[in-house]
Amino acid sequence: MSIEVRNITKRFGAFTALDDVTLDFPSGELVALLGPSGCGKTTLLRIIAGLERADAGQVLLEGEEASTKAVRERQVGFVFQHYALFRHMTVFDNVAFGMRMKPRAVRPSAAQIRDKVHRLLELVQLDWLATRFPSQLSGGQRQRIALARALAVEPRVLLLDEPFGALDAKVRKELRRWLRHLHDELHITSIFVTHDQEEALEVADRVVLMNQGRVEQTGSPQEVYSHPATPFVYGFLGAVNLFHGRVDGEGVRVGDELLPHDGGVDAPAEGAKVLAFARPYEIDILPEGEGASGMAARVSRVLSFGVSTRVELEGEGGRPFEVELTRERAAGLGLAVGQAVRLTPSNLRVFEYEEGAGI
Amino acid sequence: MSRQTRVLPGFGPALGLTLTWLSLIVLIPLASVFLRAANLSLSEFWAVVSAPRVVASYKLSFGMALGAAAINSLFGSMLAWCLVRYRFPGKRLIDALVDLPFALPTAVAGISLTALYAKTGWIGQILEPLGIQVAFKPAGVLVALVFIGLPFVVRTVQPVLEDLDVENEEAAICLGAGRWRTFRHVILPTILPALLTGFTLAFARAVGEYGSVIFIAGNIPMVSEITPLMIITKLEQFDYAGATAVGEVMLLISFALLLLINGLQAWAAKRTGRDR
Repeated sequence: MSIEVRNITKRFGAFTALDDVTLDFPSGELVALLGPSGCGKTTLLRIIAGLERADAGQVLLEGEEASTKAVRERQVGFVFQHYALFRHMTVFDNVAFGMRMKPRAVRPSAAQIRDKVHRLLELVQLDWLATRFPSQLSGGQRQRIALARALAVEPRVLLLDEPFGALDAKVRKELRRWLRHLHDELHITSIFVTHDQEEALEVADRVVLMNQGRVEQTGSPQEVYSHPATPFVYGFLGAVNLFHGRVDGEGVRVGDELLPHDGGVDAPAEGAKVLAFARPYEIDILPEGEGASGMAARVSRVLSFGVSTRVELEGEGGRPFEVELTRERAAGLGLAVGQAVRLTPSNLRVFEYEEGAGI
Repeated sequence: MSRQTRVLPGFGPALGLTLTWLSLIVLIPLASVFLRAANLSLSEFWAVVSAPRVVASYKLSFGMALGAAAINSLFGSMLAWCLVRYRFPGKRLIDALVDLPFALPTAVAGISLTALYAKTGWIGQILEPLGIQVAFKPAGVLVALVFIGLPFVVRTVQPVLEDLDVENEEAAICLGAGRWRTFRHVILPTILPALLTGFTLAFARAVGEYGSVIFIAGNIPMVSEITPLMIITKLEQFDYAGATAVGEVMLLISFALLLLINGLQAWAAKRTGRDR
């Protein structure tokens, strides 16, 4: 089922949680709502579910106005961050709950319910836990049961509020892959809220980036990562190095150095104040020497594990930089803590400088 | 006992100390009641405890105590719900007021309730034309027992409700349960053990209540005499053996009822997976 959100505005007292948000969620997609805490993503999810009422705007489910519909008429499955399993019921009863709550006329028989519960428990690979109580399960197991419970009523939409937020890193990674797999099997329109950019980029078909109650950008993970529309998106999707400078001919003048850039979103005018960004792997380190060009910096830490070496540096005025080099490159440079070096960005992305842009 | 390492050591001394304490404070005084009554022969004992006036008082005392505990369970839960789930002006004040029946001398409660519910009182004069009389009737006993038992249910249910996430109700509603079924299948089972505890405490307190009831009950023989009053009456007539005999019966009935409720509680806990 497709979901459309039109001009939704929601305030809590003086705080604007959602400011005129309009979005489309096409049928069958898995979409991530990504943003820092307090950006309004959970509020939007709750409004779609009907758990919260918008001050203005519309929610259309399959093109049909939903604001007059009660939560239980919307047929949404909702998965909560803290599972919200019924602790006085066994796993079986939790999953069966939705079916048992159906009006008598359409309620499945006890045998049908039993079959379906076991099928769902097999789907989440936890059939052997049917007689346990939620308090006897691990966090990851609880969340999978919560998902099975939500799926039991055959919802037209699945909404997940930070589903892996309360789990540890390893389980989180496992469940992420598992959720993607499950979605590929069921193809149910799903929206999940997260503040973890890696999770959003890895799992979702499409990513919606939100900040301060507004949508910053929507697109495929590939699109938003390689073509961030705003400084906020650029900064949120990965580690960054920030340079303040001015447009100078073909390059950006940062301090005394003239650095080349990629042209930016819409090339700023000559002399305009800009923000320039480079990812850690888009900067090279050169040894300090006669006639060396680039930004002067001093090595403060070298971390080498995995395929690449991460170097933390300090520029002029204590400005921190982070650079990622291949192991070979790092070995060739023979970096030592305290060593003076030069930084040359291979790719700079420039944005026009705006007062108060959310960096 | 398992040989597990405990954070707080000393199972032996702790159990010994608590048993000694329990004996001194509860068991020995109760045993002395039975010793006192043992001065009576069995037929004398039976004559005392089965006198029509005494039997009528059992019915009134236990009936009204159960009724008051039931009423308190209903309204106490509602009050706890309001205090936990809603924000409203004066909430802290109401929260503090709940404990007042604990602190107030029961005689004060009895006198003020009587003044209110007497034919000329504020509430009594409204009820009078409707043909309802509260003061000096069995209904008065009920009113007094509801008053003194209120804090128990509120204070036992409140923390459990605070612990129950709103998300639980939202999950139930998303799964298609209406308000009533959400209450019936999600909220009630969660608070049931605490509710039973509150009911038990309110009931136990009501059975033993004396001070507030004697003012409002009117103490009409066979109609509005409570069992504790029967005991006091016998004491005033220096009939110590008779008083303890009645006390003994009261003790046994109370103990049986409390045991029953405890069993019910264990059953509820087991059924809902809180049995450890």
